Amino acid sequence: MKPFLTIDPTLTRPALLLRLALIGLVLGGAAALFAWRAGWFTPHTLTQDTVIDTFQKVNGVFPGFRRNHAKGVCFRGYFESNGNAAALSRAGVFSPGRIPVLGRFSLGGGLPYVTDAPATVRALAVQFQLQNGEEWRTAMINLPVFPVQNVQQFAEQLVAFAPDPATGKPDPAKIQAFVAAHPATARALPLIQQRPISSGFADSPYYGLNAFTFLDKGGKPTPVRWTMVPEQPFQPSPAVDPGATDKNYLFDGLIAAVRSAPQRWRLILTLGQPGDPTSDATITWPADRQTIDAGTLVVDQIESEAVSPARDMNFDPTILPDGIAVSDDPLLSARSAAYSVSFTRREGERKEPSAVTTAETGK
Amino acid sequence: MNPKPRTQFAIQSRLLHWLMAVMILAMLFIGVAMVSSLADYRWLVALHRPLGIAILILAIIRLVNRKLTKLPPFPPTMSPLERRIASSSEKLLYALMIALPLIGWGMLSAGHYPIVMFGAVHLPPILPAHPLLFAILRAAHTVLAYLLFATILAHVGAVLFHTLIVRDRILDRMALWPIRRPKTPAPDANPAE
Ligand code: HEM
Ligand code: HEM
Repeated sequence: MKPFLTIDPTLTRPALLLRLALIGLVLGGAAALFAWRAGWFTPHTLTQDTVIDTFQKVNGVFPGFRRNHAKGVCFRGYFESNGNAAALSRAGVFSPGRIPVLGRFSLGGGLPYVTDAPATVRALAVQFQLQNGEEWRTAMINLPVFPVQNVQQFAEQLVAFAPDPATGKPDPAKIQAFVAAHPATARALPLIQQRPISSGFADSPYYGLNAFTFLDKGGKPTPVRWTMVPEQPFQPSPAVDPGATDKNYLFDGLIAAVRSAPQRWRLILTLGQPGDPTSDATITWPADRQTIDAGTLVVDQIESEAVSPARDMNFDPTILPDGIAVSDDPLLSARSAAYSVSFTRREGERKEPSAVTTAETGK
Repeated sequence: MNPKPRTQFAIQSRLLHWLMAVMILAMLFIGVAMVSSLADYRWLVALHRPLGIAILILAIIRLVNRKLTKLPPFPPTMSPLERRIASSSEKLLYALMIALPLIGWGMLSAGHYPIVMFGAVHLPPILPAHPLLFAILRAAHTVLAYLLFATILAHVGAVLFHTLIVRDRILDRMALWPIRRPKTPAPDANPAE
C-alpha cells in the first residue's frame, strides 16, 4: 500500500523543517490576517455589535423588539409625487404619480412599553415602493437637529443620559460632563429643547436630518435634506400630561385621527449650496436655502405591529433608489450597520405583543 | 478529445480557478471587515452583494465546465486515501461557492430587503419575507463563510505541502502558463475523480 504522504527523499532535515515552517507561516499568517480584519484583536473598538450592546445595557433586552424606537405602530398609504423634484433626481419616486408606501410611527428609546410623553422623540419611517421594484426607505424624527455628530458620540450619549440605577433618573453631573465635552451637542440642545411640541404624531414634522445627494439624469449632484411637514394644523401639546391617564395617548390619538380622515404630510426638500455642511447633522443649513415641495405622503390605514410587514422591516436609511445617494455624513454608514445588527437580533427572537395592540388599531 | 492524458487543467478551468480564488478571498475579507466596521459598512456591503452574485454566476459556469472537460489525473505521489480527501474537499469547495451567495440572496429576500446590485439594477426575491427564515439564513451565512475559509486554508496547505515537501510539481496543473510534460514519472492512469 502507498503511504498517505511521500516526502521528497532528497530534502535534508533542516530544509524539511524550514519548508514546514514556511507552510505554517503562510497558513497562520492568512488566518491571523482574517481574524484581524474581523476585529478579533481589537475587542474595545466600537462596532455595530457593541453599539447595540450599549442599547441593551441601558434599556435591558426586550426580545423581538427594535433596540431603539421600540414602541411603535405601523401604517399603509401612498405617496403622490407632483413631479417638482424630477429635475433634481432621476429616481422614479419623483416622477409625477402615486406609489404605495408602508411605514411605522414610533417613539425614540429602547423601551417598547414606555408611557407616551410629549417630549419623547417621535419618529416616522417610510418605505416607498417604486414602480420598477426599487425602494426608498427613510427614518425621520421630530427634532430639528441631531444631538451628536457621529456614532462614537451617540454611544457615549446613551451612557451619559441613561437612568442611574440608584435614583431611576439620569445623573445631571454625567449629562453636564458629556455636553461640556461636546460643543456640537451644546449648540444643538437648545434648538432641540426649544422646538414647538405639538399635540400628537399627526401634527408633527419629521426631519430626515442627514444630508443626501440627489443625482439628475446627467448625474449632476445636489446636496439635499428632507422634512415631512404636516398638513394637519399645529395644536400645542396639552398642559396636563395625558400620559397619566392613557399610556398610549400619542398612538391612540394617531389611530383616531387616521380613522376620521387620511393624514397628510408634504415632502419638503431643502437644497444645499456649495459650502453647506453635509457631514454634520447637528447643524441646520441657512434659513434662506431653496426648498421644493416634492409631493404628499398620505397615511390612510393604521395597523398594529403584530399584523404589519413593517414590523419585520429594517428602515435602513441607506436603502435608496438610483438618483438618491448617501452623502459624506458618517452617521449614515453607522446607522446602516447598527440597524442591521438590531434587525438580525430581533428577527431571531420570539415576538411579544406590542404595547399598541390589534385591539386598539382595529387591525 | 485529447488522446494523451492532460497534465494541466484546461485553460478556461485555470483562468476560472485563479479569478475566483481572488474574488472569493476578497469576499471573505470584505464580509468579516464590514460586519465589524461602522464607518465602512455601507460601501463594503454595497460591493459585497454584486461581487457575491458574480461569484455565483462564475461558480455555475465552472461547475458546468468541470463536467464537460477532462480533468488531468492526480499525480502518482498521491495515495488513494489522499485522492479521496482531495476530491471530497473539492466538492465541498464547489458546494460552498454556490451555497454561500445563494444564502446571501435568500437571506436578504427573507429579511424583506431589496437586493440591490448597482444603480437601479436589483434582483427579485427568491424567498418569502419571514423573520425566522432570515435569522437562520443569516447565521448559516456566517458559519458557512467560516467553513469556506477553513476549507480554503486546508486546500492551500495541502498544495503547499506537495509543492515544497513532496515536490511533485502539483502546482503546475493549475499554472496559468503552459507547462511542458515532465519526462520521468508517467502520469497515473486514474482519473481525478
Ligand atoms: C449613529 C446614530 C444612530 C444610531 C446608533 C441609531 C440606532 C437605531 C436603532 C438600533 C434602531 C432600530 C433599528 C431596527 O431594529 O430596525 C433605530 C431606529 C430608528 N432610528 Fe436611529 N439611530 C441613529 C441615528 C438616527 C437618526 C439621525 C435618525 C433620524 C434622522 C434616526 C431615526 C430612527 C427612526 C425613525 C427609527 C425607527 C425606524 C423604524 O420604525 O423601524 N436614527 N435607530
Ligand atoms: C462567495 C460568496 C460570499 C461570501 C464568501 C460571503 C461572505 C460573507 C462573510 C464572511 C460575511 C460576514 C459574516 C459574519 O461575520 O457574520 C458576510 C455577511 C453578509 N453577506 Fe455575504 N458572502 C457571499 C455572498 C453574499 C451575497 C451574494 C450576498 C447578497 C446578495 C451577501 C450578503 C451578505 C450580507 C447582507 C451580510 C451581512 C451584513 C450584516 O449582517 O450586516 N453575501 N458574507
